Amino acid sequence: MTMSRVDVRKTYKLFIGGAFPRSESGYSYVVHDSKGAFVANAALASRKDARDAVVAARKAFGGWAGKTAYNRAQILYRIAEIMEDRRPQLVQAVRQSEGLSGSRAEKVLDESIDRLVWYAGWADKLTQVVGNANPVAGPYFNLSTPEPTGVVGVLAPQESSLLGLVSAVAPVIVTGNTAVVVSSYRRPLPAVTFAECLATSDVPGGVVNILTGDATTIAPWLAGHMDVNAIDLLGVAGDTELATSLEVAAADNLKRVRRAPAAEPDFAADPGLEAMTAFVETKTVWHPIGV
Amino acid sequence: MTSNVFEYAPAPESRSIVDIKPSYGLFVDGEFVDGHGTSFKTISPATEEVLSEVAEADQADIDLAVKAARRAHTRVWSRMPGRERAKYLYRIARIIQERGRELAVLESIDNGKPIKESRDVDVPVAAAHFFYYAGWADKLEYSGYGDRSLGVAAQVIPWNFPLLMLAWKIAPALACGNTVVLKPAETTPLTALLFAEICQQADLPPGVVNIVTGAGATGQALVGHTDVDKVAFTGSTEVGKAIARAVAGTDKKVTLELGGKAANIVFDDAPLDQAIEGIVDGIFFNQGHVCCAGSRLLVQESVADDVLERLKRRMATLRLGDPLDKNTDVGAINSAEQLARIRELSDIGEAEGAGRWSAPCELPTTGFWFPPTIFTGVTQAHRIAREEVFGPVLSVLTFRTPAEAIEKANNTPYGLSAGVWTDKGSLILKMAGSLRAGVVWANTFNKFDPTSPFGGFKESGYGREGGRHGLAGYLKGGE
Amino acid sequence: MPPSPTTATAEDAAAQFSDVTRSDASLRGFLHGLPGVDQVGADARAAALGTRSIKTTAKAYALDLAIRMVDLTTLEGQDTHGKVRALAAKAMRPDPADATCPATAAVCVYPDMVATAKEVLGESGVHVAAVATAFPSGRAALDIKLADTRDAVEAGADEIDMVIDRGAFLSGRYLQVFEEIVAVREACARADGSSAHLKVIFETGELQTYDNVRRASWLAMMAGGHFIKTSTGKVQPAATLPVTMIMLQAVRDFRETTGQMVGVKPAGGIRTAKDAIKYLVLVNEVAGPDWLDPDWFRFGASTLLNELLMQRTKMTTGRYSGPDYFTLD
Repeated sequence: MTMSRVDVRKTYKLFIGGAFPRSESGYSYVVHDSKGAFVANAALASRKDARDAVVAARKAFGGWAGKTAYNRAQILYRIAEIMEDRRPQLVQAVRQSEGLSGSRAEKVLDESIDRLVWYAGWADKLTQVVGNANPVAGPYFNLSTPEPTGVVGVLAPQESSLLGLVSAVAPVIVTGNTAVVVSSYRRPLPAVTFAECLATSDVPGGVVNILTGDATTIAPWLAGHMDVNAIDLLGVAGDTELATSLEVAAADNLKRVRRAPAAEPDFAADPGLEAMTAFVETKTVWHPIGV
Repeated sequence: MTSNVFEYAPAPESRSIVDIKPSYGLFVDGEFVDGHGTSFKTISPATEEVLSEVAEADQADIDLAVKAARRAHTRVWSRMPGRERAKYLYRIARIIQERGRELAVLESIDNGKPIKESRDVDVPVAAAHFFYYAGWADKLEYSGYGDRSLGVAAQVIPWNFPLLMLAWKIAPALACGNTVVLKPAETTPLTALLFAEICQQADLPPGVVNIVTGAGATGQALVGHTDVDKVAFTGSTEVGKAIARAVAGTDKKVTLELGGKAANIVFDDAPLDQAIEGIVDGIFFNQGHVCCAGSRLLVQESVADDVLERLKRRMATLRLGDPLDKNTDVGAINSAEQLARIRELSDIGEAEGAGRWSAPCELPTTGFWFPPTIFTGVTQAHRIAREEVFGPVLSVLTFRTPAEAIEKANNTPYGLSAGVWTDKGSLILKMAGSLRAGVVWANTFNKFDPTSPFGGFKESGYGREGGRHGLAGYLKGGE
Repeated sequence: MPPSPTTATAEDAAAQFSDVTRSDASLRGFLHGLPGVDQVGADARAAALGTRSIKTTAKAYALDLAIRMVDLTTLEGQDTHGKVRALAAKAMRPDPADATCPATAAVCVYPDMVATAKEVLGESGVHVAAVATAFPSGRAALDIKLADTRDAVEAGADEIDMVIDRGAFLSGRYLQVFEEIVAVREACARADGSSAHLKVIFETGELQTYDNVRRASWLAMMAGGHFIKTSTGKVQPAATLPVTMIMLQAVRDFRETTGQMVGVKPAGGIRTAKDAIKYLVLVNEVAGPDWLDPDWFRFGASTLLNELLMQRTKMTTGRYSGPDYFTLD
């Protein structure tokens, strides 16, 4: 009798500084599909992984923010290209984690890719839309432009494991921020596959760092971290108590906080500018006009 | 031959133009009412003379004020067409101009700042803010933030620019259709109370503007009130953090304008005489009671000696004294408490080994005074290089290269403002892009304009005041 | 401390800059290496000083000082000996009704009027200044300019107000301008070994930028000018507060460097007592009180004097005066 071939399974790891380490703690947790069947052991990120991710994100910030907007646009677009190229894998991940039919999962992927393309285009337009030349009452040139806030903690949505993730990460990085992302706890695998797309799409290491694990244990460390400039509480939508405590912790260094909504929004809707403008700083430069 | 000394004779602005009442109540729902807290005295920091007794608003008073504001918002102000709201703001702007001298004198008496500053900066710029935002009231749909107001704004302002900060807060709030409850600082309530009178003269509908006086507890009660939709605060980073904690978990929108420790960077090719003026203006304007003060001078080593020599020579011409004298450049420190803090940090600076030099000027014997002072040989490790002194005290550090200047300038939890002085255009733009600060003044300093957004990065707060961006914090469609 | 002005001489200063003034290239390198001037900041500083409020005793002091600093000027094609005699008389005794009123510093006339003015002024202490060097345009050959200068000195001029070649300056021929000033200064020498004082006019309205004014100031000081002067009065704008401030900064810095004091003379456009006092505030706070002396600061003016006199009378009588009470010369 012929023996069937034993397949080689993938180890799902964290994504920090462009590398795929296991959790520093050595812990993993079981990920089930939507029907409760075992799928994989995912790395369970610890507070120290979060710390390492913040270091990587800070290190990457200057270079990423310093790239031309055109270049950042190209890189975001490149992520979309790579995702298109890996359709079967991403569709499979979404089906598994969200329990969607094949055609529904295809649609989620379509929207995710389109969302990235949409945000990619904003890289060199947001400044034009939210910046201003200010006509001050004096002989001065005066210009206000948006600049990235810095290192942003992103608590990715718990339900929408790919479209929600992309909708949270893309607006943060397109303006030049770097991100430390905590994925959905129960549905982490699309995030890991997304990380693999990032790793092969010219995104410099550290610009996006993805931690699989439990936001309720990792987020307090990010919210209290004095070298994190902002935090998006999307991933704790509906958990008022946790969201409030994270906002309180964030006040220690006056992080910009994108508050948790009462429930996860419909990510298929037009996102508007808010997810980008929440994480930019308006800088105003004055210079005299004379001879 | 006559003496070779050109001694300026006293040139005091008359204070007869102001009529300070022996006591003031709260301004709620269009009328002055008694407060239920323990009233307090406001004094002239230049003479320690008691000027007036001012009511303290307690929780119940705050509640009444917020209710009045809510009513005014629901029934009148949010329903009024923008073009009509605009006309009230234009009226207010005009009355501020008409009563400009009176406001300036009152501000200088209550705050201690030189009359030339209250006359030439605080009051005209306050009027300009109302004029600017008046024009937005009927154009909000073009702002990018929609035209829906938030509701009731709780606004708490500091003592360094009492009337100007009031204008920064009230003008955009009202233009966007919000109503306000504003608390001025406890040491400088008088111009806000005069502003209440101006609202009456303008026939502003009752409850649109409410002024509550008091100290920290009053402010806490105001920002913590469950029926306010917006909190706007200008003041210390410490209090700003407390406010951020207090509003956590609520839907209140928040704008915070907090502390700073700005670097004023002078390169060796700078227009030196103007740079010296910028340094002096940056740290001695308003006695250094300025959140965006250029309190850290970073000077390129190759010109450090020359710059210091010029700076000292210039500082020696600063005239300190009577705030009402039209030739006074440096007025009184706002309070005994603030003076104690400035002295403490200065003494620490000296103890830590920095070289202390003060302009040779005679300090009056009554009131709160501190001479313009610089510390040389300061390093990033010194407390005077890290902590906000909020007084006329400059720390001088040196650097060798642009990269070092950027690194030192950004090496602070604050990020409100920065200055750059060089004749090289590309270097200006490089520095402007690299400095993590909300306002960068290149070859100038401490310039303000209603059209120009102001606000900080990092622990200097969030949100912007001024310009189109200043509308965002008062509209539902704002970021 | 800078060396005292009495110990440093113009020759010392000239020697100090011999490397700089060796060639066009070295001169250009030096002048363009001076710190730049930001126009907006300079204007703002001058305007701020202009808001000083000078009252009572300070005003009385300033008015008398301003009168003592006036170079009472007539530079018209229609000037006559009679006009110049009247002007000279007025310079010695500006307010015939008040013996306490000081005399002006000088009268300023064309070279052909020097002898007339000198005749009236004699040893009164009021100097005669003559504009020379093909004033006001300066567009003549060097030997003509030098002859013009020598004529005026021989006629008894105490001071020569020369114009620089603005064309040469603006086209970057700094050495030519420098050498011309040196030559005119030499032409100021008298037979007895003494020398008329030299004021160097830039015509700042034609130089246009403050950077140019600063460079011209250093050029003239290095060439040995005793005074630097803004304008001829024939080109608008003439003297302004910021331009004068730039020149005051230059003489201040020059003394820091060399120990040598150079005077400053704004001329043209200063018409009111209030304006004159603003200039004195500038002198006081920019260059310093050492310059508050007719030896180091002058006003080139004609109508200003009557305005100063009227204000002075207002100070002493307590009522406003009118032009009928002062001579129109």
